[in-house]
Amino acid sequence: MSNSGILRSSLAKKYAMALTGLFLCLFLVGHLVGNLQLFKLGEDGQMAFNEYAQFMTTFPLVKLLSYLTYAAVLFHMADGIVLSLQNRKARPVGYHVEKGSANAGWSSRNMGILGTIILVFLVSHMQTFWYQMHFGDIPMIDGMKDLHTVVLDFFNPAKNNLAGVAVAGYVLAQVALGFHLVHGFQSGFQSMGLSHPKYTPIIERAGLAFSFVVPLLFASIPVYLFINQL
Amino acid sequence: MLDSKTPEGPLADKWTKYKDHIQLVNPANKRSIDVIIVGTGLAGSSAAASLAEMGYNVKAFCFQDSPRRAHSIAAQGGINAAKNYQNDGDSVHRLFYDTIKGGDYRSREANVHRLAEVSTNIIDQCVAQGVPFAREYGGLLDNRSFGGVQVSRTFYAKGQTGQQLLLGAYSALSRQISKGKVTMYTRHEMMDVVVVDGKCRGIIAKNLVSGELERHSAHAVVLATGGYGNVFYLSTNAMGSNVSAAWKAHKKGAHMANPCFTQIHPTCIPVSGEHQSKLTLMSESLRNDGRIWVPAKKEDAEAIRKGAKKASDISEADRDYYLERRYPAFGNLVPRDVASRAAKERCDAGFGVNETGEAVFLDYASAIERYGNTEANIRGLKSQSQAEITALGKEMVKAKYGNLFDMYKQIAADDPYEMPMKIYPAVHYTMGGLWVDYNLMTAVPGLYAAGEANFSDHGANRLGASALMQGLADGYFVLPYTIGDYLSKDIRTGKISPDSPEFKTAEAEVQSRMDRLINNNGTKPVDYFHRRLGRIMWDECGMSRNEEGLKRAIQAIRSLREEFWKDVRVPGAINSFNPELDKAGRVADFLEQAELMCLDALERRESCGGHFREEYQTAEGEALRDDDHFAFVSAWEFTGDPGEAKLIKEDLVFENIELKQRSYK
Amino acid sequence: MNLTLKVWRQNGPDDKGHMETHPIEGVSPDMSFLEMIDMLNDQIIRAGGDPIAFDHDCREGICGMCSMFINGEAHGPGRGVTTCQLHMRSFKDGDTIAIEPWRASAFPVIKDLTVDRSAFDRIIQAGGYVSVNTSGNTIDANAILVPKVQADEAFSSATCIGCGACVASCKNASAMLFVSAKVSQFALLPQGQPERESRVLRMVEQMDKEGFGNCTNTGACEVECPKGIDLSNIARMNRDFLKSSAKSEN
Repeated sequence: MSNSGILRSSLAKKYAMALTGLFLCLFLVGHLVGNLQLFKLGEDGQMAFNEYAQFMTTFPLVKLLSYLTYAAVLFHMADGIVLSLQNRKARPVGYHVEKGSANAGWSSRNMGILGTIILVFLVSHMQTFWYQMHFGDIPMIDGMKDLHTVVLDFFNPAKNNLAGVAVAGYVLAQVALGFHLVHGFQSGFQSMGLSHPKYTPIIERAGLAFSFVVPLLFASIPVYLFINQL
Repeated sequence: MLDSKTPEGPLADKWTKYKDHIQLVNPANKRSIDVIIVGTGLAGSSAAASLAEMGYNVKAFCFQDSPRRAHSIAAQGGINAAKNYQNDGDSVHRLFYDTIKGGDYRSREANVHRLAEVSTNIIDQCVAQGVPFAREYGGLLDNRSFGGVQVSRTFYAKGQTGQQLLLGAYSALSRQISKGKVTMYTRHEMMDVVVVDGKCRGIIAKNLVSGELERHSAHAVVLATGGYGNVFYLSTNAMGSNVSAAWKAHKKGAHMANPCFTQIHPTCIPVSGEHQSKLTLMSESLRNDGRIWVPAKKEDAEAIRKGAKKASDISEADRDYYLERRYPAFGNLVPRDVASRAAKERCDAGFGVNETGEAVFLDYASAIERYGNTEANIRGLKSQSQAEITALGKEMVKAKYGNLFDMYKQIAADDPYEMPMKIYPAVHYTMGGLWVDYNLMTAVPGLYAAGEANFSDHGANRLGASALMQGLADGYFVLPYTIGDYLSKDIRTGKISPDSPEFKTAEAEVQSRMDRLINNNGTKPVDYFHRRLGRIMWDECGMSRNEEGLKRAIQAIRSLREEFWKDVRVPGAINSFNPELDKAGRVADFLEQAELMCLDALERRESCGGHFREEYQTAEGEALRDDDHFAFVSAWEFTGDPGEAKLIKEDLVFENIELKQRSYK
Repeated sequence: MNLTLKVWRQNGPDDKGHMETHPIEGVSPDMSFLEMIDMLNDQIIRAGGDPIAFDHDCREGICGMCSMFINGEAHGPGRGVTTCQLHMRSFKDGDTIAIEPWRASAFPVIKDLTVDRSAFDRIIQAGGYVSVNTSGNTIDANAILVPKVQADEAFSSATCIGCGACVASCKNASAMLFVSAKVSQFALLPQGQPERESRVLRMVEQMDKEGFGNCTNTGACEVECPKGIDLSNIARMNRDFLKSSAKSEN
């Protein structure tokens, strides 16, 4: 019957996109909760954050989750690229006049661009911190890698000439994330077939709140650190 | 005298007995028999699906890009069936009786009775196919009533019953296409039928995309190609609806029956200007609650036409609710032909209410007030202001007729909740068509006609919600039996060759006509001629006809035809996608068939149903039938010139019904 | 009204095609969009040119044949209307109007504004039906009760006219709205249950074979759909496909 099998079907790509996307939303929450500790300053804050960083890189269950997250990011990205290529093939000759704004939200029409911005940010963000934490030469404090100082220094204009640029980049990336989520969050539910006249509006509102609050909090961290160290 | 091949025996047993005694074709033999179906509306799709299920090899043709586009899709109101779910006294006999009477006693008893018998199967069948008919809260099917009857037997799917039924037939057809039992030819137009040794053995079709001609052979051919209302240029038909297939069959020996019987639907949106390409129907259901009127004083009508007064400026006393005045018993719900004529009479007398003077008001103000009051009572609201009642009423009317009101607003740019709608009659359906016997076979053996393309069931006037019934009855339940009886004699024939001289000649004739059209080098587009033809037909062979006008029309049509062939300009090339060329061929056929229509109207010296001859009316201006001299079907045989067609009569014998003058007073 | 029309001209599927400019004068606001094109074609024919080929038939918004992409939108700026129901009073004197065909690799251009939508027919042939023979010997129509709400919802899905505006307006040229409307109609009715699972699998498979793009839930289709078919149909199909795939044996 279904010779194409679920995996090769266009709907499979939808499910994959939705599941990985919604999973990454969970990741965002976890990541945010941990990083909010950066608002705690002084030695207490340093201690807490470093403990958190160590826990995140060594605890087996967290490690497993992190591998899942990498896989989700890669899958989400690869799926997005495949989708875009196929979609381009589905309309080889474009319209001369196309008024996309008349019938669809800006975010939904620009998920690829938004995703690309987020990807660029992700590479740079991981290079700055994740790579340093795993493979870099980070000073030790209390027997733990002092990631806290690495972070603070990165956003310190006195220690990093490009700190201002970095902050701007982080904020921009969070704006992109916000718009990505505006469409992505509720779209994930629709893709999985979860649509209901009563509950869908709730999901949509929750999605909007999520896409505003989470990126805002993320963006506030570098801004806070930068201003604090002026 | 024509033989209708109606089976012997009591009326109610004819069909059953017939089915019991016909010859059958065994399954193995069916596999080697080919049937061609032209047209994929209700009749064509259902016939193609049914015959393919039975095992025949079916080839189906439609000129649209998909079988689902056929104009059956546009039918709004519903489909009749003698289910008697409402327990209001309906029965097969009553449906039969209403249909004969509604048709003004000009249809064949046995055919109509069979139609009423199979009507119940249609509903069962469609529900099983997943047609989403309207339902009551308890989950049972809902019904409503239509003009000219006293029971509720109309099944419906909002205002889109035709669409839902056609999509049901289309899905049955699609299932057979996927099985390979039906080969579907879309964007193909039938250009001619091919008769070999006195039997119809195939068609010449044109691939409209490539422009190439194709020969298709078969053991039998079914024409389910719809009606010819577009001979009037402006009608509620689709732009592509045409008479060509039927006309080609007529020229190859099939008779045209009662071509002058045309249904003019009373409630359409009026013509707005010269540019108009088609007319839009407003469902008959609107006459349930709307009141039709014109100003009683001519000066008021003139003021409205000039825009100096509005409908609301005319006081109640100065309004003429002419249907209620003339037909107190049926009021606004008189049958279509009566309502249409009455509107024309008022407008001709100078009481029309739009710029062209050809429109009457369909007013919902009193319905809005009535519904508003009822709703206020239901909700237990006391001492409401007039404005609040009106608002409530509008809400109720919107729930009932919202989509129709929206449609009106879209086209007329006028808000029907505030102002009465303007309506005028328009050509809607043709009761006439190819003459068929009880088996639905034309005068050419092996050539069948089904649905609106044949003349059989509606007499001189069709009742609302009966066209869908007839189309599906013919395709699902009648043809599969009758065609088998014919084909049972063909099991030893073997494959029909499409290379016989008859096919070659037919193809060459089609080719030469196309060459002539494309090389004509005239100056005027096809539509120019079509518009003029439409005007002649509407003026002289429309809602009322007289001898002088019909004679004038015949002359005008003949000279227009001559002018067409001299001066038409068809752009483009033959072997290409060329819609103008296709249109030119269709209009050329209309130009011939129109003359036969006028001839038929001229020869029928009585008034009946949609055919109103001014010379034959009662003192009150009602249609005057002449059963002594005209209780027959006029079947016309082609003799080389449409104006010289030979009249052959099929006497209508009424053994089960007493002929009466229709009265709606 | 005087207008400038920019119309897509393409002589066949292999022709590259181009936009052609036609000024047109004396357009009445009461004309439908197609009547305005009729008027233009009349001028072109009288001048000895090749008229613009476009699909149209019923001109009352139900056959689904007319299909013009007008000023960047399927069926133009109106909502809930097809091209034939769009009236010139929606435009202003002096406007420039761009008119293009539906664009999708699954809808190859036949000529000018006419495209081949037979892909839709093949999707229906893959499973858009209930497999009952047309013998009439089924059970009585009232033998199975169908709750009114469900029947009405099935009807709403069934009102799809197969015009292809969903594909045309989707930035990915996806046919999900069309396919899901048919899947939904039968999924909502008791008569559709026996084949519910195989139907959705087969129809989606055919949809993919035809080369339509992937749905990314932009929702453009539901906005441009002249019959108001909504996204809940797509969600229902997503759900049914997931369930059916999981249960399927291969």
